[in-house]
Amino acid sequence: MPDDKRLMKGNEAIGEAAIRAGCRAYFGYPITPQNELTAYMAKHMLARKRTFIQAESEVSAINMVYGAAATGARSMTSSSSPGISLKQEGISYACGADLPMVIVNVARSGPGLGGISPSQGDYFQSTRGGGHGDYYHLVLAPKSVQEAADLTYEAFDLADRWRMPVMILADGLIGQMMEGVVLPPERDLASLPRKGWAAGHQADTHRPNNHVTSINLVPAELEALNRKRFARYDEIKSSELRFEEVNVEKADLVFVAYGTSARVCLGAMEAAKRAGLELGLFRPISLWPFPHARLAELAAKGKRFLSVEMSMGQMVEDVRLAVEGKAPVDFYGRCGGVVPTEEEVLAEARRLLGK
Amino acid sequence: MELAYGHPKSLKPVQSKYCPGCGHGVIHRLIAEVIDELALQERSVITNPVGCSIWADLYFDFDSVQPAHGRTPAASTGVKRMLPDHLVICYQGDGDLAAIGTAEIIHAANRGEKFTTIFVNNAIYGMTGGQMAPTTLVGQKATTAPEGRDPAEAGMGYPIRVCELLATLGGTKYLARGAVNNAANVRKTKQYIKKAFEAQMRGEGFTMVEVLSPCPTNWQMQPVEAEEWLEKNMIPFYPLGEIKNELGGAETKEAAK
Ligand SMILES: Cc1ncc(C[n+]2csc(CCOP(=O)(O)OP(=O)(O)O)c2C)c(N)n1
Repeated sequence: MPDDKRLMKGNEAIGEAAIRAGCRAYFGYPITPQNELTAYMAKHMLARKRTFIQAESEVSAINMVYGAAATGARSMTSSSSPGISLKQEGISYACGADLPMVIVNVARSGPGLGGISPSQGDYFQSTRGGGHGDYYHLVLAPKSVQEAADLTYEAFDLADRWRMPVMILADGLIGQMMEGVVLPPERDLASLPRKGWAAGHQADTHRPNNHVTSINLVPAELEALNRKRFARYDEIKSSELRFEEVNVEKADLVFVAYGTSARVCLGAMEAAKRAGLELGLFRPISLWPFPHARLAELAAKGKRFLSVEMSMGQMVEDVRLAVEGKAPVDFYGRCGGVVPTEEEVLAEARRLLGK
Repeated sequence: MELAYGHPKSLKPVQSKYCPGCGHGVIHRLIAEVIDELALQERSVITNPVGCSIWADLYFDFDSVQPAHGRTPAASTGVKRMLPDHLVICYQGDGDLAAIGTAEIIHAANRGEKFTTIFVNNAIYGMTGGQMAPTTLVGQKATTAPEGRDPAEAGMGYPIRVCELLATLGGTKYLARGAVNNAANVRKTKQYIKKAFEAQMRGEGFTMVEVLSPCPTNWQMQPVEAEEWLEKNMIPFYPLGEIKNELGGAETKEAAK
C-alpha cells in the first residue's frame, strides 16, 4: 500500500528515505543547514536499533562510513559544504576502494566558513572528484522535497550497483523547506544485495580473504585498476543520465539549471509565457554523469542557453563543453547565499534575446 | 600426539617485508597465535593502518580493511558496529594513533568502542623514514629532530604516554603496555593481547594494548643494540603493565608473574 502524502522538511524526508532504503548506519557531525537530518537519524535509527553516531568530526564520520561500507552494510553521512570539504579525503579512499555509500551535501555558501544560506558553489568539488586522485562518483541534484526523498532512496541502489559513493547535492533551501512528499516503501534488510567482496562473515562460506583497500604500489597494476574503474564510468555515463526538459522544443532560449535555481527558472518561464515569450528549461538531475550529449543535440537544433546558478559560474563550464561552441552559452548567477529571483532571471533572458 | 608449537594458522607462511629486528612481525605473530587459541580466524577483521604495517593484510590470513592515515579507529568503529560478533583489531603506529589520528582514538576510546587497538609504539615514523613521532623520547634523534627532540627551545613538545592519557576516559576498560624486546616481555605482551581480545568478545568496552617495539633501521642501530636501547630508554619512560583494568571479574586482573 503506498504511503499517504505528508508534509515534511527536505532534511527529514532525506533521512526517512534513507532509512526506508535500508540504511543500517548513519554517521554525522552538526552543521547548518542540515542539522534536522542528523537529528532525524538519531531519533529514528536508534529507535530501530540501527547504528547512529554523532562523530567527533566530518573526517571521522566519513571514515566510519568507510568501515561500515567495507562490511557491505548500507551506510551514509550528511553534511554541508565546509564539512563536505573535510570528507573529501574519505571519499577519495572510498572511490579507490570501490565502496558504496551515500553522502548528502545540503550545501551552503562559501568559500571558507562563508554563510549558511543556500548555494551551488560546490558543483566543481562534487562533480570533479573533490579529493586527490583520478576518480568520479555519481552526483544527483534534487529540486524538491519529493525528489530529494526519491533520489536518496535510489542512491543506495545505485551505490551498490556501481560500487561507488553516490552524492546527493541539495542546498539549504531544499533541506529547509517543507513540501508534500510520498515516501517510498520500507525495504526489508534481508532483501538487500549480498556483497561477496565485503569484509566479515568469512565463517559462513569459508571463502578466501577479502581485503578492502585502495593501496597499490605497482604503477602498472594501479593503472590497470584505474582503467577498469574508468571503463565502469563509461557504462555509467551511458546508463545513468538523468535530466528533465520543459518546453525546450518551442523555446527561443533554454535555461540550464539544477536544484533550487531550476525552480526559479520555472517561475521565470511562467512569467515569460504571460508576456508572450517562449523559454525552456534543461534541468540536469545527474550532475555526474552530466548529460552532455542531449545538450549537444539541442545545440545542433539552434537553441541558445543561459546557465542559471547560485554560484559564480561552475556548471556553465559543462554546458560549454557539451555544446562545443555550436551555440551561444550565457551565464547568470548569484552567490554568497543569494537566491536569484524569477524577475531578475527573466530580465536577463529578455536582455539576451533583445525582447 | 599434539603439536605443541608451530606456525599460527592465522598468519600466512610468507616472508615479510619488515626490516631485520623490526617489532611488527613479532606482534603480528602474537595476534595470530591468540586468534588461533580463541578459534576466531574466520571471524576476525583487521584495520591495517597507513605506516609500515599497511602490509599486515599480506601476512594475516583473514579479512582486512585499510583506511586513511590516522582514521583507523573511525573505520574500526564502522566495522565493529556492523560486525559486533567479530574480533576487530585496530592496528596503529604512533604517528597514526598519537599524531594525525589523535581525535579519532580519543573519541573511539571514549565511546567505549568494542574493538581492540594494538598500538605499536616505536617512537619514530617508520614508513616515511625516521621522522619525529609524538612518542619520540626527549633527546632522541630523528630526521626532523636532527639534534634530538628538544621540547622547550625548539618547541617539539614532549613524548605522549597514550595509555595514561586514555585511562582518564570512561569508555576505556583495559589498557596495557607490553614490549617485544625480549622473550619475557613478548610472553607478557601476548597475555595482554589475549585478555584484550577476550574482553572484546565479551563486549566489555574499549581495549588497547600498547607495544613498545624496536625500529633498528630508523633508530640507526643494529637489532640487538635496538633491543637494549628500548630496555634502557623507552621502558623507564613508558612503564610496562596493565595501566587500567576495569574488566569484569577479579580473575582477569594481572597475575603477578
Ligand atoms: C594523510 C597522510 N599524511 C601523511 C602520509 C605519509 N605517511 C605514511 S606512513 C606515515 C607515518 C607512519 O608512522 P607510524 O604511524 O608511527 O607507523 P610506523 O610506520 O612507524 O609503523 C606517514 C606520515 C600519508 N600516507 N597520508
